Formats: sequence, structure tokens, C-alpha cells
Amino acid sequence: MTNHTKNVRKGKSLRFSRLHLPGHLMMIIWAFIVLLPVYLLISNALKTRVGMYDNPFGPPIPLTLNNFKAVIDQGNFFMYFGNSLIVVSVSLSMILLLGSLAGYGLAHWQGKLSRGLYFFFMIGMMLPIKIATIRLMELMKTLGLFNHLSSIILIYIAMGLPIAVFILTEFIRGLPGDLYEAAHMDGARRGKIYCSIVLPLIKPALATVGIYNLVPIWNDLWFPLIFITQEDKKTVLLAVTKLQGQYTSDWPRIFALLTLSALPVIALYLMFSKSFVTGLTAGAVKG
Amino acid sequence: MQPSLRHRKTSLNPGGGYWIWYLLPAILMYSIFMAYPMLDSIRLSLYAGTTGSREYIGTANYVRLFTDPVVSARFWGAFKNTWVFFAFHMLVQNVLGMLFAVILTNRTMRGRQFYQTIIFIPCTIAVMVSGYLFRLLLNPQFAGPTLRSMGLNALVHPWLGDPKSALSVVSLVSVWQWVGIPTMMFVAGLQSVSEDLLEAADIEGCNSWQTFRHIRLPLIMPVIGMIAILTFVSNFNAFDIVYAMTGPNGPPNYSTDLIGSLFYRYGVAGEHPIGIPEPGVGAAIATSVFVMLLIGVLPTLKATQGKE
Repeated sequence: MTNHTKNVRKGKSLRFSRLHLPGHLMMIIWAFIVLLPVYLLISNALKTRVGMYDNPFGPPIPLTLNNFKAVIDQGNFFMYFGNSLIVVSVSLSMILLLGSLAGYGLAHWQGKLSRGLYFFFMIGMMLPIKIATIRLMELMKTLGLFNHLSSIILIYIAMGLPIAVFILTEFIRGLPGDLYEAAHMDGARRGKIYCSIVLPLIKPALATVGIYNLVPIWNDLWFPLIFITQEDKKTVLLAVTKLQGQYTSDWPRIFALLTLSALPVIALYLMFSKSFVTGLTAGAVKG
Repeated sequence: MQPSLRHRKTSLNPGGGYWIWYLLPAILMYSIFMAYPMLDSIRLSLYAGTTGSREYIGTANYVRLFTDPVVSARFWGAFKNTWVFFAFHMLVQNVLGMLFAVILTNRTMRGRQFYQTIIFIPCTIAVMVSGYLFRLLLNPQFAGPTLRSMGLNALVHPWLGDPKSALSVVSLVSVWQWVGIPTMMFVAGLQSVSEDLLEAADIEGCNSWQTFRHIRLPLIMPVIGMIAILTFVSNFNAFDIVYAMTGPNGPPNYSTDLIGSLFYRYGVAGEHPIGIPEPGVGAAIATSVFVMLLIGVLPTLKATQGKE
């Protein structure tokens, strides 16, 4: 077949191919596969026990909020939620503060030592911190930090720094040099320039770093599981692990706890989906 | 030319070590709580016991891990399972991700943003939550009666209780959860392929498969390499999914035991039935993972991340 006839045939079918039917079909099937478990999660959390066993796939009729009430009142959900919130907010603010200071330094300081330090941070992006677990357990024992939220906070800060340093250094390097010149001529010192010029300008990069770290820290099970055994220090996910044994026959109540644990991040994501996608895939795609 | 910091010696920039003060807090935190513990874990793999009662035993932990009849059976079992788990992610997750990305980069298709948003939802859920959710949904008690009434008796099966199917099911749930990451990375990669090039191919009469195979695929090789590395590193550390769906012992009969859960049992919780953690063996497992990651990652980096 010559190119000419091929193109003619293509032209005829162009309108049809613009509909992208196979693509839509594929996407609709996958959307169904993604949303079905999420629907089952939420709808069954709103059912009574009998209602769930009668019709696990149907809509929540009669609808009840008792499962959520039980999780919040008897299950102490807000205590766990508060602990998770402390861990995430302290870790994130420290990552952003230390990361931006280091990025500011590395962007300006040109020398062998600074290149070496930059490389030192970069190695940490490739290696999973879980490898260090055994030594970290000893370290926390020595510091007496078992059952303190600060144990996992310190680890999360260390874990979040490499990507923060990478993104922020690159971002600050890309800022126009004139900005600093002008401020410096006005007699501003480095610390002042950091606060009044650099910080406001790097807000988008700070957001990327923040989101990149927010989800893994909120969703981390490994370190809380190891370091936190005391009830009043537990995070949301540790409350979920307690299910393996507790009120196992009361499924709607389990669904309610799972819903409450998953919903905050899903809601944040749906509100800021664009920045989430950039944030979570940052570091993976270079530049 | 826009003067940027890269090529400029400003008065702010006397090349001085004064900047070290800005770096110091980050260096300290990162060194004390990440870099040093990672390196020192390698040393700990040559010791037995914990602080206070620690003694140097050379490579005995490794000998035990690789050759002791009981321990090595667990280790090689988990090792094999982890490769199966990894194969599922490479062949199902990353291929689906590529397919989704090709669909989602059709400029004339409607609703792309909507689909993209949905595909990514599971990535934001904690593995502990989604794993536990699937554990319930896959329990024959949940959907069994409905499936039977629909005549789908073949689907009523304790999928997670059957050693033949458990690992595949766990892997597929993980694929369900994470396919959004390669999808988004491929979307970003494919969008950077120049429109002119694709148009030229179209004029030359390439069909869409040819365009994909000979133009887009070679151009996104660096993205493919990056995704392969991320998949490898995260799969060899996977733990939450097993913990949530089957349990830290990797039941039934260790068929879902991964390196991550093995590490947890030996190094942190203590292996059944003794229940006393052996930090030395745990450190040896961690060091083995570290070496495997280096062997897997460095050649992939070299092969796919060419000079820009």
C-alpha cells in the first residue's frame, strides 16, 4: 500500500479515531476497578452489621453513622489523629526549614567541599532508610526516645532532607542573580536576604517538597510500628493495626476506621490534585 | 544572557566556607539519623547480641542466613517471593502505566484530567489501609453469598488463604495501588516528546504503533530506567502490604513472605517461635538488600540515564 492511499484512508477514519473509543473504554474499566473498592469501603462503613451482610454491594440503606461514632468515641480516633498531625507538621516544617537553609547555602557556595556535600545528600535519594533500622533502634534506645513521637520525627526529618536539598538547591540556583546583587548593595546580610527574598520566591518549590514528604510520612507504618508501643502515642495507622484481633466480627466498624484514616489525604488530594501529582512524581523526573 | 548564579561570583559569594553555617543543621540531622545508621548497620551485621552484650562474630550471620537449613530456607523463600512480587510490578504495573500514559497523552481525547485524577487516588491511601480493606473484601464471607447468587461460584475462594494464589493476589493489590506513579511519570515523559517529531512521523505515514515503537519509546528511555529503579528499590523494601493483607509471617506457609517482612521478623520483632530479635541477622539482611540494590541500580542508571 502506498503512503497516499494510506493517508486517504486515515482521513476518512479521522473523525472516528478522534473519539478514542478504545481509550475511553480502557479508562472507564480502570476507573471502575479503582473506585469499586473505595465505594465498598465508604458505603459499608455507613451500614449496620445486618445491612452489610444482607447486601454488601448495595447502597447504605438504612444509613447509620453509629460506626463512625463508635470509632471516634470508644476508639479514641482523635487522639491517634492528633499524634499523626503532630508528627507530620513538625517533620514537614523542619524539613522545609533545614532544607531551604541548606539549599540556599549550596546554591551560593561554589567549591569542592560544597559539591561533595551536595553529592552526599544526593546519595540519600536513592537509598531507602529502612536499611538503617537496626542501628536506629539502638540509637533511639540510647537516646531514650522509644515511645516518644520525637523518635519518628527525627527519622522523618533525616529521610526528607535529601529530596528537599535537591529540589531547593536547584530552584534557588535558577533564581536571577540580580536579585541578590541589589539587596546586597542595600547592605542586606545573608540572613536577611534569605528571609526577605529567597523564602517568598521559593514558595512553589517548598510546596512540592512538602507534598512529596507529606504523603509518605502520614502513611508510614514501619517506624511507628517499631518505636511506638504506648497507646497514647500511637498514630492513626497503628490504630488500624490493632484491628488484627479487635472487634473482628464488626466489619462496618472496621470500614469506618479505615475510611476515617484514608479520607483526610484523599480529600487533600482531590482539592490540590495538580500539585500532588507534581509533588509525588518529583525527584523521579529530573529537571 | 541572563546572569544566573551558576556562572557568577557575586559579592554575596566570596566562595567562603561561611556558608557551612547554613548547611550544618541539615548535615547533622541527615548524618546522625540516616547516613551514619545506614553505614553502621553494615558493621552490625558482623556482630551478635545487642548493646552491652555485643560480640564480634565475623561473617557468621551471613553464613547462617545463606546456609543454615531453617534460616536460609526462609531467606531464599522470601528472596524468590520478592522477585515474583517485582515481576508483577514490572510486567503489570509498569506496562499498564505506559498504556494509560499513551492514552492520556492523546491531545484530542476528552476527560483526560478526570481519568488521571482517578488513577492516582489509590497512591494517596496508606498501604496499611488499602491492604486491610482488600483483606476484608477478598474474604469469602464478604462477597461469597452475592457471587454465589450470581452463579459465579468459581470466584468464591479464600484467595489469601491459598498458598498458590496468595502472593499473586497481594502483588496485584499493590499494582492496583501504585500504577498511578508510573502513569504520571510516563505522562510527563511522553509530553516532553516534541510535537513536530510526531507530526513528521504522521506525514511519513507511520501508524501509531510504529510512532510509539520507534520515536516515543526510545525518547523516554531515561524515564523507563527511573521507573524500573524506583520499582526495584520499593519492592525490595515492601513490608506494609504483607503486614496488612496476610500478616508479618507471610502466611499461608510463608508464601507471601517478602524480604521486608523477613527483615522485620528477624531484626525487629523476633522470628517465631523464639520471638527474640536478632539484630545481627537483621543487619545482615539489610546489608544484603543494600548490595542487591547497588547491583541492580547502578547498571540501570548507567544504561538509561545517558548524558543530557
